[in-house]
Amino acid sequence: MPPPSSNPKVKTHALGDSALLAELGTRLDTALNTRAIALAAALKKRRDVRQAVAGYASVTVHFDPDQITHDALATAIKRLASKRPPIAEPGRLHRIPVSYDGPDMEAVAAQLNLKPKQIVEIHTRPIYRVFLVGFVPGWAYLGPLPEELELPRRHVPRTQVPAGSVAIAGRQTGIYPLPSPGGWHLIGHTPVKLFLPDSDPPCLFRAGDRVKFFAS
Amino acid sequence: MSERLRVRKPGLFTTIQDLGRPNAIMAGVPPSGAMDRFAHRAANVLAGNDEGAATLECTLNGPELVALGSCLVAITGADFDPRVNGQPVDMWEGMFLHEGDELTFAGRRSGARTYIAVGGGIAGDRWLGSVSTYMLAARGGMHGRQLMAGDVIAIAGPPVGPPSRPAISGRRLSRHLVPEYSNHTLQAIVGPHIRRLGAAGRRELFGSPFKVSKDADRMGYRLEGPGLDASGEELLSFGLAAGAIQVPRSGQPILLMADHQTAGGYPVVATVAGAAMPVAAQLLPGDELTFAEVSTEGALRMRKAQRAALDSLTS
Repeated sequence: MPPPSSNPKVKTHALGDSALLAELGTRLDTALNTRAIALAAALKKRRDVRQAVAGYASVTVHFDPDQITHDALATAIKRLASKRPPIAEPGRLHRIPVSYDGPDMEAVAAQLNLKPKQIVEIHTRPIYRVFLVGFVPGWAYLGPLPEELELPRRHVPRTQVPAGSVAIAGRQTGIYPLPSPGGWHLIGHTPVKLFLPDSDPPCLFRAGDRVKFFAS
Repeated sequence: MSERLRVRKPGLFTTIQDLGRPNAIMAGVPPSGAMDRFAHRAANVLAGNDEGAATLECTLNGPELVALGSCLVAITGADFDPRVNGQPVDMWEGMFLHEGDELTFAGRRSGARTYIAVGGGIAGDRWLGSVSTYMLAARGGMHGRQLMAGDVIAIAGPPVGPPSRPAISGRRLSRHLVPEYSNHTLQAIVGPHIRRLGAAGRRELFGSPFKVSKDADRMGYRLEGPGLDASGEELLSFGLAAGAIQVPRSGQPILLMADHQTAGGYPVVATVAGAAMPVAAQLLPGDELTFAEVSTEGALRMRKAQRAALDSLTS
């Protein structure tokens, strides 16, 4: 059983006149992320809330300032956050095939003092959590990445990273859904499409989903 | 759908935009939509449309359009010196074009983006609830791309609102209600990470001039100015909003615009008030701007004033 949820200290900050950021914490933590996703879901049911998006440990709430003030919404958020969140359903599990032949594999191996084979073994070991979907269409922040693979971002970001690149940085891993600039280390690629422009929602992963990589 | 205008020249960068797809942020898709929403809404009302109908957003210069049938149009936003059959015409009012009439623009006089609304609302590909063009995904509007010569602009339906078109064509926005685009002061509300700047940094943010760099598009503007230091513990990524002023490690702030990334981990020191975003939308690389601190209440008063200006068109 999870420990009884204490009242997390929620801090709210204005993000302009019709949005606010509710921070539940500052740590990369699955429990905090679960709470954030539950809080976002609860807030979305409100008529005065236009959209609520969970971050790692926060919720960004877009609201209608004609219907509620920032202060009244902040109070409502604190009340909602103090409630015990419903038991989270385990997210859908995605199995993602990866060719571990990324252009940074050798450099990553050298920096971590590991063999590429060990990197594959460590990267495919966990079931990662989708902490949040955002940044660019279909991008999902996955983690936590095992400590053995922790590296700072590349010093000089690439101007163009191919779609499908599987990458790591810090305690996170992810897949580039579209060709875009990027500063993460590319260790492999997958043919799986993450951005699905003709589906609704137009992305494969949703916050709270689980992802398992396997070498193909 | 009926065809109303043929595109003889598309202009530098002309896209179909409406009020965007706010719910798509869940999938990392930017909200998009018109950059200058006041001009967009006003153009629509002047053309007898719902405020959310699609318009043409024309950047830096205007297109050349030929009317294929009679239609009511309205031009708002940046002043690119609009002409009908070569004769100067007024902005911020509805006017009829007849078959064969040519709508052209003689050249930019001020601002960055002009809006053209057509009675009935411009038709386009709908994607995730909006016809706004999002070029990165090649979706929405004119097949996910900017206009090209030879394109035909159709309208989505009959004009919405009062049925008598002549009554609508008389609408115009009083000059004093047009946004003061030449005043580049952007009112902004302090953001989640304002404390990282310290007292001195906060004075720099609200008071020093910043210049819009050449790296400025529908996603956002990189600004050049006094270096701001918002360093501190790495932040976990969180959801963003248009108008947010991010301070990356370089210290040169980024102002997020309509096609902004939906999440990020840079500190947000302030957010431009919604009612000041039309002015931001009309800035060009090289333009100077200043941020002025405003309370949430102050920002909402500005919002109400803009709402009243739009309502004055139909009252």
